[in-house]
Amino acid sequence: MGAGHGHKLHYHGHSWLHRAPAHLKLLALLAFMLLVVATPRLWFPVFGVYLLVLCALVASSGVPPLYLLRRLVVEVPFLVFALVLPFVASGPRTEVLGLSVSAHGLLGAWGLLAKGTLGVLASMLLAATTEPRALLAGLERLHLPTQLVQIMGFMIRYLDVVTEEMRRMQVARESRGFRARNPKHWPVLAKSAGALFIRSYERGERVHLAMLSRGYDGTMPR
Amino acid sequence: MTPPPVLDLDGVAYAYPDGHQALYGVNLQIRPGERVALLGPNGAGKTTLVLHLNGILAAGAGRVRISGLDVTKATLMEVRRRVGVVFQDPDDQLFMGTVREDVAFGPMNLGLRGAELEQRVHEALSAVGMADYADRPPHHLSFGQRRRVAVATVLAMRPEILVLDEPSSNLDPASRRELADILRGLDVTVLLVTHDLPYALELCPRSVVLSDGIVVADGATIDVLTDDALMRAHRLELPFGFDPHALRAQVTARHR
Repeated sequence: MGAGHGHKLHYHGHSWLHRAPAHLKLLALLAFMLLVVATPRLWFPVFGVYLLVLCALVASSGVPPLYLLRRLVVEVPFLVFALVLPFVASGPRTEVLGLSVSAHGLLGAWGLLAKGTLGVLASMLLAATTEPRALLAGLERLHLPTQLVQIMGFMIRYLDVVTEEMRRMQVARESRGFRARNPKHWPVLAKSAGALFIRSYERGERVHLAMLSRGYDGTMPR
Repeated sequence: MTPPPVLDLDGVAYAYPDGHQALYGVNLQIRPGERVALLGPNGAGKTTLVLHLNGILAAGAGRVRISGLDVTKATLMEVRRRVGVVFQDPDDQLFMGTVREDVAFGPMNLGLRGAELEQRVHEALSAVGMADYADRPPHHLSFGQRRRVAVATVLAMRPEILVLDEPSSNLDPASRRELADILRGLDVTVLLVTHDLPYALELCPRSVVLSDGIVVADGATIDVLTDDALMRAHRLELPFGFDPHALRAQVTARHR
C-alpha cells in the first residue's frame, strides 16, 4: 500500500487508446464482444481477423503484449473446462494425436477457447488503457443507474483495503504456525472468511457514519 | 455579552439498545477558540460521547447544544456543518475516487457548487499541506497523508468545532508532529479525543477526563497530568520517560 502505484490492471500510457473517451471504449468493447459471440464457430478465418484487429490495437496502445498475456491467467479455469470438453462430450468420435475425442466436444472446446480468449484479451486491453475512475465516469455517461456506479466506485476504493486486511489476517495465522495444507484446515479458512466478512461489514457501517457526519442524506450530491 | 459555548453538554446520558449504559450524565462546556483534550481509558465512553456531538446518537437524557443550537432531528444538517468529526481510521472517512472529490463531499452536501466549492476544497487541502495531491486516489497516499486529508474533508465544511478521534494513532513521529503543527495553526475550536497524553499536553491547554461515563476531572492539562492520584484512579498512565512535573514551566509559558 505504498504511495504512487497504479491500479494492478492499468498500464500507464498516453496513446490514442488511453486518451479515447471511456464510454466510447466501453461501447466498442460491448459491440466487439457481441460480434465475437454471435460469430458461428466454424468461420475460422473470421476469428483470425478478430485476433489481428486486437493485436493491432494492442500494438498501437503501447501496452507490452507480455503484460496482457500474463493477466490472461484469469482465463485458466475456463481453459481447463475447454480441454476436458472433447473427452467428456458425447456424439461421433474422431482421432486427434492418436486420442479418440468427441467431434462435438472438440468444436465446443474451440469455440469456448477462441471466444473466451478474444473476450478476455479485449477486456484486459480496456482495463489496461482506462483508469478505473474514468471507467466509472464512462458508465455514468452511458446512463447506468447511479446507484450501481456508486457501488462499483466503493468496490474499487475498498478492494485494496479489504485485500490488505485479508493479507494481514493470513500473516497473523501463519505467524502462529498455521498453513492450509489439507481439507482438515478448511474450517479455519472458513472462519477467517467469516471474520473478514464481519470486519468489512463493520467498516461499511463506519464509512456510513463518517458520511452522515459530513451531512450525507442518502443521495450523492451532484 | 459573551458568545454561547460552542459545545454545551448538560447531563447527557445514554444507554445502548442492548442495555449497556455508556454515559451517566456528562456536563461539558467548550468556549470558542479553546483546544480541549478528552482523555479517558478504553471503554470510558469517549467515542459514544463524540457520536452525540453531531447527532449520530441521540441522548437518552440531557441536552446537547452547539453554539446555542439544540441537537434535534430538525437541526441535524446545521449541527453536522458546525461539528466536524474526524474518525480514527482515515480509510473509513475517505471513500471517493480522488482526494478532491472526497474533500468536496461535505461542502456539496451543504449545497455548494462551482467556484465556491472549488475554493473550499483548495482552502481545506492547503490548510493541511495536501493541495498538490488533489487528483490522487486516497488509497495511494501514505497513512499520515490520508489522516491529513481526512482532517481536510471536515475543514472544508468550515466547522465551528473540530472533533478528532485519536488523531495521533498509528502515525510515525514525524507525521505526528506535522499533524500537531497543522492543528495548532488552525483557527478553530478543537476537541481532541486521545490516549496520547504527551500529545494532549502539547496541543491542549485544557483537559477533560471521562471515566465510566462521567466527567471526573476538568482543568488545565498540566494540572490533570500531574495529579498522580487522579491518573492512577482512572487508568491513565504516562508513557515511559515522560514526566509532566518537569515540563510545567515550559508548558505554562507556551500556553500563555
